[in-house]
Amino acid sequence: MGLFVLRRLLTLAATLAGASLVVFVVLEILPGNAAQVLLGPDAAPEAVAELATQLGLDQPAPRRYAQWVAGLLSGDMGTSAAYGTPVAELVWERLALTVPLAVMAMALTTVLALAAGLYAASHHRRWGDVGVMGLAQLGIALPNFWFAILLILLFSVKLQWFSAGGFPGWTEAAGGGVLPALQALLLPAIALAVVQAAILARITRSAVLDVLREDFVRTARAKGLSRRAALWGHVLRNAMIPVVTVMGLQFANLLAGTIVVENVFYLPGLGRLIFQSIANRDLIVVRNCVMLLAALVVIVNAVVDVLYAVIDPRVKVGAA
Amino acid sequence: MTALVPAHWAARLLRHPSFALGAALTALLVAAALLSLVWTPAPPLAMDLAAKLQPPGAGHWLGTDAFGRDVASLLLVGARSSLLVGALAVGIGAGLGVALGLLAAARRGWVEELVMRLADFTFAFPALLLAIMLAAVFGAGMVNAIVAIGVFYIPTFARVARASAVAVWSRDFVLAARACGKGRWRITWEHVLPNILPVLIVQATTHFALAILAEAALSYLGLGTQPPQPSWGRMLSEAQTLMFQAPLLAVWPGLAIALSVLGLNLLGDGLRDGLDPRLARQR
Repeated sequence: MGLFVLRRLLTLAATLAGASLVVFVVLEILPGNAAQVLLGPDAAPEAVAELATQLGLDQPAPRRYAQWVAGLLSGDMGTSAAYGTPVAELVWERLALTVPLAVMAMALTTVLALAAGLYAASHHRRWGDVGVMGLAQLGIALPNFWFAILLILLFSVKLQWFSAGGFPGWTEAAGGGVLPALQALLLPAIALAVVQAAILARITRSAVLDVLREDFVRTARAKGLSRRAALWGHVLRNAMIPVVTVMGLQFANLLAGTIVVENVFYLPGLGRLIFQSIANRDLIVVRNCVMLLAALVVIVNAVVDVLYAVIDPRVKVGAA
Repeated sequence: MTALVPAHWAARLLRHPSFALGAALTALLVAAALLSLVWTPAPPLAMDLAAKLQPPGAGHWLGTDAFGRDVASLLLVGARSSLLVGALAVGIGAGLGVALGLLAAARRGWVEELVMRLADFTFAFPALLLAIMLAAVFGAGMVNAIVAIGVFYIPTFARVARASAVAVWSRDFVLAARACGKGRWRITWEHVLPNILPVLIVQATTHFALAILAEAALSYLGLGTQPPQPSWGRMLSEAQTLMFQAPLLAVWPGLAIALSVLGLNLLGDGLRDGLDPRLARQR
């Protein structure tokens, strides 16, 4: 197990290095002259040349890549061309919104999906199963940004329980506080979670039903275990492999989904920062934010891989 | 997988309620896209500011938008973008992903490690992030959206194919096939692929639907289908600013997306049951 985790850490580092190379090549080499992209096609050549020197674009690409990675590792992401402030500062400020939003959405997703999936599987082919899966079908079909708009219409415009958008901040000094901040994130988290939970509920139900058909479950029932005891004691753990796989994949979707939902609710998160940076042609911010999100995705999936071994010892990790 | 004569298979599929409803909704989507090639209730791009934001009525079945364009016509033409992006993205993702997943499960060892790390590596960039990178460099557009969604689907299909295939490889009948002297590729083709096919079909139809959602999201953000080509996502983005004056404008494109996605998902469910009678009996 220890060796497996060590190997996974090494591959994680290699994946991160590869991802950083892709980001660098796509956003730094492909555009040709990043200074030209930043200033736009109509910029004066002198201004472009000056900015290119300022950004260090006159240096060879491998050196620039090494400098960027070294900067990333030490927390220095350079300075935003549009905002004029250090990118790291901007990113940390925005992560304080995006990470809690994604975690809230994932927690809601997990609770909703496991409850619905297990309920449907344990009421297989009864009205409860049909009803829950019917709702899941509808949930999967909803675009999260459309659902977000409908939530705003119902809870903000009609019932006036929540604000239609914006974020008050986590501290009272900033005019907000923990409770108002959580309140502001609740509708976006629901908008993100409902669709993901619908997908996960189907996977959970399907996985549980698949395991229920296995011989060892029949044996467990034959030796006198109740359906409920077999479900909790034997089925759930074995059914968790596909569920955890999909959860890992979903966290990436959630992070990406925040980009859209943050735009619907005008939340100043990382997603909105990326989107605004594209509009501002601020490649330095785009590069670092994309790298950060990619790193989060890779790390989450490494954790999922380790979880396989914890959940199901039969998965002989690394065995040929 | 049990071998069945096609007539029985088709008959069972047609009796399946999910398949019937899903096929009907999907046929409606395809018909809308095809119909828009030859006919729309009004010219979809014709602006008429004097007739802007009209409610649904005889002249304009679903009303008009802020530029006086006929919403029903825009919806019909918008179906084309959704279908095109979905089909091409799933084609890219499933074609390459399943091949990689099967290879990883059949070879294990360093091949599996290499394929899965490559999948991880591609997986580090969700479709939206890929689209953002492509849009930041090459500008926004439908082709970039297709490439971004398709490339993102490769590791998804590879992981699911591998996970399911590894489980099949550990089953007794595969051991028996190996004992009979069958090679890895023959076992993959004859035993592993047919056994994971229901999972892949559900995955492909779900992902076709997800591609429609992704295209809508990208277009909503302005990174997907570009004007003047109508798309459901951009219609929603334009409608959001007019929620108080014309809330129905934010309803139609969302409904169109939701019904298309619902249809494809139900179709996938029906196909799954039709392809695997064991599952059909037990679902």
